[in-house]
Amino acid sequence: MPSIFAAFEPGAVLTSFWPSVIDGLALGSLYALVALGYTLVYGVLRLINFANSEIFMIGTAGALVGTSLLGISLADPTQAGLGLALALLVCLVISMAFGGAAAVLLELLAYRPLRRRGAPRLSFLISAIGSSLFLAELFARPWLLGRDRKPVPEIVDHAAIFTFKGAIVSLDKVIVIVGALVMMVVIDQFVRRSRLGRGIRAVAQDPETATLMGVNIDRVVTFTFLLGGLMAGAAGLLYEVRFPGTKFDIGFIFGIKSFTAAVLGGIGNLRGALVGGIVLGLLEAFGGAVFGSEWIDVIGFTILVVILMFRPTGLLGESLGKARA
Amino acid sequence: MRNTRRMGMAFGLLAATGLLAAGCSSEDSEVSTGGTATSAPGGANCPKDLKIGFFGALTGSDAALGINERNGMRVAFERYKKESGCEVKLEPYDSQGDPAQAPGLASKAVGDSKVVAIIGPAFSGESKQANPIFNEGGLPIITPSATNAALSKNGWKIFHRAVANDDLQGPAAAKFIIGKGAKKIAVIDDASEYGKGLADIVRTKLKEGGATTDVNEAIDPKGSDYSSTVNKVKAANVDAVFYGGYYESAGRLMKQLRDGNVAATFVAGDGSLDAKFLDSASGKGEGAVLLAPGNYTATDQAFIDEYKKLNGGAEPGLYSVEGFDAANHVLAALKAGKTTRADINAYVSTTPYQGLLKNYQYQADGELQGGGDIIVHEVNGGKITLVGPVK
Repeated sequence: MPSIFAAFEPGAVLTSFWPSVIDGLALGSLYALVALGYTLVYGVLRLINFANSEIFMIGTAGALVGTSLLGISLADPTQAGLGLALALLVCLVISMAFGGAAAVLLELLAYRPLRRRGAPRLSFLISAIGSSLFLAELFARPWLLGRDRKPVPEIVDHAAIFTFKGAIVSLDKVIVIVGALVMMVVIDQFVRRSRLGRGIRAVAQDPETATLMGVNIDRVVTFTFLLGGLMAGAAGLLYEVRFPGTKFDIGFIFGIKSFTAAVLGGIGNLRGALVGGIVLGLLEAFGGAVFGSEWIDVIGFTILVVILMFRPTGLLGESLGKARA
Repeated sequence: MRNTRRMGMAFGLLAATGLLAAGCSSEDSEVSTGGTATSAPGGANCPKDLKIGFFGALTGSDAALGINERNGMRVAFERYKKESGCEVKLEPYDSQGDPAQAPGLASKAVGDSKVVAIIGPAFSGESKQANPIFNEGGLPIITPSATNAALSKNGWKIFHRAVANDDLQGPAAAKFIIGKGAKKIAVIDDASEYGKGLADIVRTKLKEGGATTDVNEAIDPKGSDYSSTVNKVKAANVDAVFYGGYYESAGRLMKQLRDGNVAATFVAGDGSLDAKFLDSASGKGEGAVLLAPGNYTATDQAFIDEYKKLNGGAEPGLYSVEGFDAANHVLAALKAGKTTRADINAYVSTTPYQGLLKNYQYQADGELQGGGDIIVHEVNGGKITLVGPVK
């Protein structure tokens, strides 16, 4: 290899502009959905819930369960029309149920006992890392996912619907982008407008005062985990729509990237998760096009560091508590 | 930060489970089925109470190759028993592919005077640890699958390699791609020691052969989205894609290439030659060309039937045929009346053996005469099929 930037092609910004935009958006919206889980919990508890990446993994397993319940085989997986809508809905419900249940259980078993005893913040962090490893290894058992990659039926056709200036627009990408955006809007509005959402914001702003005002902190915390888990579960399904196949450690790298997206957008900020996810997805797509795929992570993290130098709280910076109704 | 912490813990956990597994795994030595040696015809001429060892992973996450080889050996032992009426024990040394366990197991094999030959070690890492001990003990070995090129350069007198080594795979891949008439090629690797090493050789050899490598990329094998690579390959309009890496990322890359309307021939090395490649490719693996120093499947129906019968219905896999042939080579020495380690070593080193698909004649350094062939496999009708050596 003549130089380390063997594949350096500045012109690729223009030549593969539209493919990078489409693929970056599809990847970024997945990051954004998983980032929501990190950001919600951080906003309320100031805790980085590392096990969120495994909640995402459990969501991908939901797609596996859903497709097998519907009797969709690997040999002839592609659905269309009403069948597709039904399959997506069933899988989405199962994935979200899996994600939500796992997140609530995690809160009850791993974090609440620590909160009751007033444990220092570091204990929560260790508990989070431990839970993350535990869940991944649990799902690596042969009676769950096993250690090998599990193929998941590709229910959405990946064939191009049309190509736009070299960019392939396929149904899976459309579903991922639209699906993720809808979820984000729904949850954003929910936190801003509903009673429970007000509770979440109150606890995020000032837990003690919130308690004095009659907010049940335990309930709010459980609910926050539930919301994050539902989103991670939904992300798991959308991931399977785009990249069929799951594995016990599938959440590891994806979780790190999503956590990065949360920090990039401003951790604790719901809209920040969206912005951070999309920005990271686009950065990776364009970075890969210009510098070569091996530089994707270097570019992503370099820009993260640069942004944090100028905006230490991330792009949108605002915390969950300060969001206005 | 998260990465290092988690990795550290993960390694700790792995080490702990490894220890546990090591403590539990002890498979008793197997005897080829049937009556006793004395009652069988020709029993009087039988070598007394000899064992041939298999050295490699039989349990753990990397056990697939070792099991294939051991299963192939079973067929050889069964046939030997039928033909000569003699009984030889197959003594398994389950290393779990772990170089740290290799020296202890190797010493155990050397210390057992009834063990006259070893088929294995299956992997290169454990070979580096175990082979000096085998060499010291004068115990002849034939490895069906350790392909690190440097292994034959240690002056081990007991070393035999029944397959081509890694140095031959890259040039053969380039030769194959050019032979298909491809002019513009994308060479992608997974940045691993194996994948990048192989891909770099292919890049050099392709250029020497007059082709151009229009896309050179490294992807993250644990990543999800390879679209930026796919977009480049699409834009470059190449004739073929070579991937240096393992089956899981290979399958996913091929799928995303096909989804991205790239129809170029997909070629990969032995790291990608596994049935799980097809799972990872989610139905888009058709037409993939997978190269390896060994045979992934057998073509000899009698062998396949007997293999399945002896191994609970399992199909022959990568290196099963080599395991079978290597065991037969040693058994041929027994038939010729060689019963000591030194005699068997001399026999295997000097007397050629015609196996199922190729002739095994070893050079002084233990490599096959002429280096051995690289075998082409193709995904055809949803199955990995044998095509034949790269010509």
